[in-house]
Amino acid sequence: MTNLLILPILIPLFTAIILMFISKYVKVQRGISAVSTLITVAASLVLINTVHQDGIQTVNLGSWVAPFGITLVSDMLSALLVMTTSIITFIVLLYSFKSIGVDRERFYYYPVVQFLLVGVNGAFTTGDIFNLFVFFEVMLMSSYVLLVLGGTKAQLREGIKYILVNVISSALFVITVAYLYSVVGTLNMADISRKIAVVNQPGILTAIAILFLLVFGLKGAIFPLYFWLPGSYYAPPTPVLAMFGALLTKVGVYSIIRTYTLFFYHDTGFTHEILGILAILTMVLGCIGAIAYWDVKKIIIYNIVIAVGVILFGVSTMNPEALEGSIYYLVHDMIIKAALFLLVGVMIAITGTANLRKMGGLIKHYPWLGWTFLVAAFSLAGIPPLSGFIGKFLIVRGSFAGEDYVGAGIVLASSLLVLYSVIKIFLNGIWGTPKEYNGVSKGDARYLWMTSAVLVVLAVGYGLGAEALRPLFSQATEVLVNPDLYIDAVLKE
Amino acid sequence: MEIVMAVVVGILFTSAVYLMLSKSLLRIIIGTALLSHGAHLLILSVSGLKGGAAPLLGEHAESYVDPLPQALILTAIVISFGVTAFFLVLAYRAYQELGTDNMDQMRGNEGND
Repeated sequence: MTNLLILPILIPLFTAIILMFISKYVKVQRGISAVSTLITVAASLVLINTVHQDGIQTVNLGSWVAPFGITLVSDMLSALLVMTTSIITFIVLLYSFKSIGVDRERFYYYPVVQFLLVGVNGAFTTGDIFNLFVFFEVMLMSSYVLLVLGGTKAQLREGIKYILVNVISSALFVITVAYLYSVVGTLNMADISRKIAVVNQPGILTAIAILFLLVFGLKGAIFPLYFWLPGSYYAPPTPVLAMFGALLTKVGVYSIIRTYTLFFYHDTGFTHEILGILAILTMVLGCIGAIAYWDVKKIIIYNIVIAVGVILFGVSTMNPEALEGSIYYLVHDMIIKAALFLLVGVMIAITGTANLRKMGGLIKHYPWLGWTFLVAAFSLAGIPPLSGFIGKFLIVRGSFAGEDYVGAGIVLASSLLVLYSVIKIFLNGIWGTPKEYNGVSKGDARYLWMTSAVLVVLAVGYGLGAEALRPLFSQATEVLVNPDLYIDAVLKE
Repeated sequence: MEIVMAVVVGILFTSAVYLMLSKSLLRIIIGTALLSHGAHLLILSVSGLKGGAAPLLGEHAESYVDPLPQALILTAIVISFGVTAFFLVLAYRAYQELGTDNMDQMRGNEGND
């Protein structure tokens, strides 16, 4: 079936359109959105299988041959990310049923979530640089709505800041695409890569590479450009926060990976060194934030910044092993960040506060929650059998092979501080003396915990099954290391 | 001609940056509008402002102007239009709820302990 790779974009799109007509029937909306997201997950699994069997899948929309029309491309990296996105959205939807509240559900919460899924899946699948911009806007527009939906004071205030930053970065994206078009005269990503190879990356293209780093760094929160993230991500309710933390910054990271391995791989001395330095600073600043706060949401939010730094550091080395580690860590981080946000969401729902000094002793009445959180925390830090380990291991080994000892050392040191920051949540919030809480009922807490535990189970399985999944990741790395595979698949010569 | 456009776009970007760094929310939104104008004019000028007929095959001209940037601009215009409309309504709602349009007074300190 040639149109298989459009399905993860089309199914949520049609679902969103249908859901808009039945906004007052909350139960019907829940049913339809859960079923259709499950179908999206199934479609993305079939897609992974197809890409694994037959190599990179491409579709020329409207049957216009490659550089002239819009091409959708699904290599293993994007197929893996589409699958992870769909699974996370499905779990977050289940979590929302008891958490988001009927008021928001009646005002188009579920359609907007589906539109967010359209934007993210589209951004991962597209093979056209301007189409990437459009999918970014689809994703961002839904995220604006999700951020302010409900209209509390904090949401409105932080919504303004978030929109302003993203309007600026979108304008920068348009400007960068314009510059690139004036140099190479094409918008198809494979064709751009071929044309850049022909002119052998003169100075102007290095400038464009840095502009792309600026644009995607604003979306993906790298070092000097992450200032908007802690405030904006603090405002929305838990399920929305989980989707933002797991998906939005990762689209920026994916775009950096794509442009830096497909376009700008000829003169890596300058661009990739800058990327490496910024990634290291991102890790350092993220660690400082993660250990500074006594607020559970803030701690996990700063952990997003650290993970972005780790992934991009692996990319900056351009070493096959470290690249494989980065991809592995990217998928791990999407799953575990969603799981952690949902779990601290359960803690906040029970205790009614996000301040660690005001909670304590949750293990007495909610032992299942406490132990799940501990597993998730160990997994985040990268304790060996769990999922965070292999990715960091490969990144560190790859950067040792490239004799980048400083960066590798900081990756290792950052794991220690990550572990400290999440164990701080465990020791103060879950251990300690029990207190009186008047949050949600125990039954509701159990439901919320069960949905988030599914993600923790996935993360554990992902760590234990690393060897079985290895062929998929090798296949994804192969395309990044050797961009000709991508170009030949799209341009078919 | 491209030089003139480059200067004009530069002036638009300068004004946009100046306005976006001010305190009043409305001035910031006007700044974003100028920024998108600059970006759109930039797309138009990067493909070259050489003479040629409008991209309509009915013109039967020898050469046409590049149609691709025009399509890109059209797309970017409607997107920035949608975002600006949303931003304006959000600013209105924020003014109603928070009672200020001064960005200095929109500081939040949730979770900062």
